[in-house]
Amino acid sequence: MLHIPISRWGEPYQSMETDRVVHFQTGEVLAEVSRANAALVERDLRYARRAREVLREIPVRELLAMLKKAADLYTRAELPLGNGSQTPEQFVRMQSATTGMPEHMCRFNMEKNFYVLTHMDEILDSLTRGLDLEILSRGYGVENRGVPVSYQCQSPVLGLVLPSNSPGVHTLWLPIIPLQIGLVLKPGPQEPWTPYRMTQAFLQAGIPKQAIAIYPGLGDVGAAVLQACPRSLIFGSAQTVEQYKANPRVQVHGPGFSKILFGDDKVDEWERYLDLMVDSVLVNSGRGCINCSGIWVSRHGRKIAQVLAERLGPIEPRPPDDPEAQLAAFTVPGQAEAIYADIERDLTQPGVEDMTAKFGPRLIKQERCAYLRPMVIFCSSPDANIAKKEYMFPFVTVVECPQDKMVEKIGPTLVCTAITTDAKFQRTLADAPHIDRLNIGPIPTIKLNWLQPHEGNIVDFLFRPRAFQFDKDWIRI
Amino acid sequence: MTALLSSTLQERVATARAQLDAHVREIINWHFSPETGTPFWLDAVAGTNPHFKLNFDPRQEVHGFADLKKFGFFEDDWLRGGPVRRWVPLAYQNRPIYVFETGGTTGIPKTRINIEDFRIDYEQFSETLPDEYFPKGANWLMLGPSGPRRLRLAVEHLCQYRGGICFCIDLDPRWVVKCLKRGWVDVAKAYMEHCIEQALTILEAGHDIKCMFTTPKLLEALALELEKRGTSLRQMGITGIFCGGTEMTPQWMRFTIEELLGPGIYIAPTYGNTLMGLAVAPMPRPEENYKITYYAPQPRAVIEVVDFDDYNRIVDYGQEGRVLLTTLTKEFFMPRFPERDEGVREPPCERFPWDGISGVKPFRGFAATTTVGVY
Repeated sequence: MLHIPISRWGEPYQSMETDRVVHFQTGEVLAEVSRANAALVERDLRYARRAREVLREIPVRELLAMLKKAADLYTRAELPLGNGSQTPEQFVRMQSATTGMPEHMCRFNMEKNFYVLTHMDEILDSLTRGLDLEILSRGYGVENRGVPVSYQCQSPVLGLVLPSNSPGVHTLWLPIIPLQIGLVLKPGPQEPWTPYRMTQAFLQAGIPKQAIAIYPGLGDVGAAVLQACPRSLIFGSAQTVEQYKANPRVQVHGPGFSKILFGDDKVDEWERYLDLMVDSVLVNSGRGCINCSGIWVSRHGRKIAQVLAERLGPIEPRPPDDPEAQLAAFTVPGQAEAIYADIERDLTQPGVEDMTAKFGPRLIKQERCAYLRPMVIFCSSPDANIAKKEYMFPFVTVVECPQDKMVEKIGPTLVCTAITTDAKFQRTLADAPHIDRLNIGPIPTIKLNWLQPHEGNIVDFLFRPRAFQFDKDWIRI
Repeated sequence: MTALLSSTLQERVATARAQLDAHVREIINWHFSPETGTPFWLDAVAGTNPHFKLNFDPRQEVHGFADLKKFGFFEDDWLRGGPVRRWVPLAYQNRPIYVFETGGTTGIPKTRINIEDFRIDYEQFSETLPDEYFPKGANWLMLGPSGPRRLRLAVEHLCQYRGGICFCIDLDPRWVVKCLKRGWVDVAKAYMEHCIEQALTILEAGHDIKCMFTTPKLLEALALELEKRGTSLRQMGITGIFCGGTEMTPQWMRFTIEELLGPGIYIAPTYGNTLMGLAVAPMPRPEENYKITYYAPQPRAVIEVVDFDDYNRIVDYGQEGRVLLTTLTKEFFMPRFPERDEGVREPPCERFPWDGISGVKPFRGFAATTTVGVY
């Protein structure tokens, strides 16, 4: 049996309690994962400062080179995993088997991580607006334009409470090591694979083991990570967002409620953007926060929903190793059923219509998992409950709303693709504080420019700009 | 399993069972006698108890523990709300009465009256503590919930019974649960820090404290804070810790012994509450994978591990089931109460020749709504 231990700053620790990760279709136990306890995390955080110190001994440019090497190892090498090892192909199969994601999507996510690791210098250059990274390392310096600057690191480590359902999120923590900040990872219960594999790739590429700790476990361990790390990221539901939104120590990533908005000037040409809409809803099985869950138009809503339903409605579950598979399975018992029940309740509201109903049942229960086939819902009004919903499968509402009411009605929106050349509308969208990433033009919501910040700039979260004056004859650091 | 027990142990098991049966008869006679009995039960026999009616005379039909099945199952709602006097045996009506509560984070808590039971329970528990680590005459620190619970008085009595003086720090778990349910994690943490600060002040004040009662969460917090300050519980003079709570797992125990306590400190895990008294466990050991096996204070209380779907069926040894608790004292008779916990049935041992329970955790039927380990 493959056993994956806790990693206490690189030292394996086998817990007396384990959790089994099982294949969602066969029930086969793929691994036993050691379960940490909260006080163990808190005690280990005594060494958080050491994580930053060992990283600061390595120049940033060398760390960036190590990441490039790690990218190769992550995608190509057989790497140690607990008491065994894992090839890239085994990684893909295991990740698919426990998260329910089709294998080709897991491979795609690997490529995405590879891209981010191999372009880290450019990504950090854009996130820091061209700052010499040695200034972050040293804490002060002089910009190219001759201005003295200082950035104070707010935490020697970044805590991460990671999800199970969306392997795509791992790109967010890859820039941390070259910022010379340690990692405290709490993997999602069904997705221990990426944190462990990426860590092994980092270590084999030369990153010191004292820089990374991994604590699988239950909710108490996640809470301990958030409590013990001065800066953390957590991924969760709208409820999680609500719980942590006012906590300056925590950057919370929840549902994206990403949308496509048509301006009145372009809505009559909607058919030209059909592929863009389908891709935005469907790619990665609709699991990402950047997948579109709402298409807002002032007219043609029913027709758009109908045509989208004709494209999305017939899609059926396929085996995870099928390269044509487009749907991920729900591997947590009862989750798909609960989501479907929630949708069914909302469908009883007037003005709400399931346009995919005629393409067969949406909830497909299998022996050990369930699927939800794509759903396209037409809403004649933005006030329908379902117009503000997002779920972890290809689900989209097509909402009719006058253009001048859209910004007021859409609510929090992580990615907004605006199909319009109306300058006034563009200005309103650009100024809306509840829109995070704004795409103007025919850009799918799922198309990320890695050189731009995502849900807040991680560098700003980890470093505080401040005044720092010194006499050059006195300074010794 | 009987075949696996040594003949000596089999004899001890049989003797214990005979003692239990005799104790049951004595307790039934006491609680159902018109002179000494408890109004709740007397009314049940008379048909005037609005909650529960008995259609048999227990004094005639209960001859041993097995006959308690005739009572069906005790319902916890009977303990919620008044009048509390209905639980005071007639023989004790003129005695000073304590009332202790359990539950009560929301709604009406369950109440149990007490006169001497908490003292008797903790005096019996005292006999299980090794003097080497819990020296007679040593002073104690009680760091845990007091308020409506019996814990504070009981621990203080334990300390006094062993010849020491007890220092007490209170923690109100109902407030902690409320904070956590409202998402006020920082407030809950600050409150815990407030308690730990008080404990450190007492420990550093030269009172020669060697023993303490605390809960798993508070023990963690105290030990970690001492470590941050460059010291330890051992260096503060502590040699014996009595710890209670269902969140003590083998992994927690291993981590605590290996990393928080270190050598020279004995930890006595207990499982109990206001309704039961204390089920005790020997100090978990590495060679037994830090397994924690509790034994109820029989015959005063009996734990059975029963099938999740059929509470009349005791599960086999090594199998999981729900805790069915029976309390049998002259102050309190509570037959067959399905507890809020579950665990694994364990065989008798030399020291405790009756069934034990390991792997205690919140009953799966309630687990999603229960907040454990808050204090």
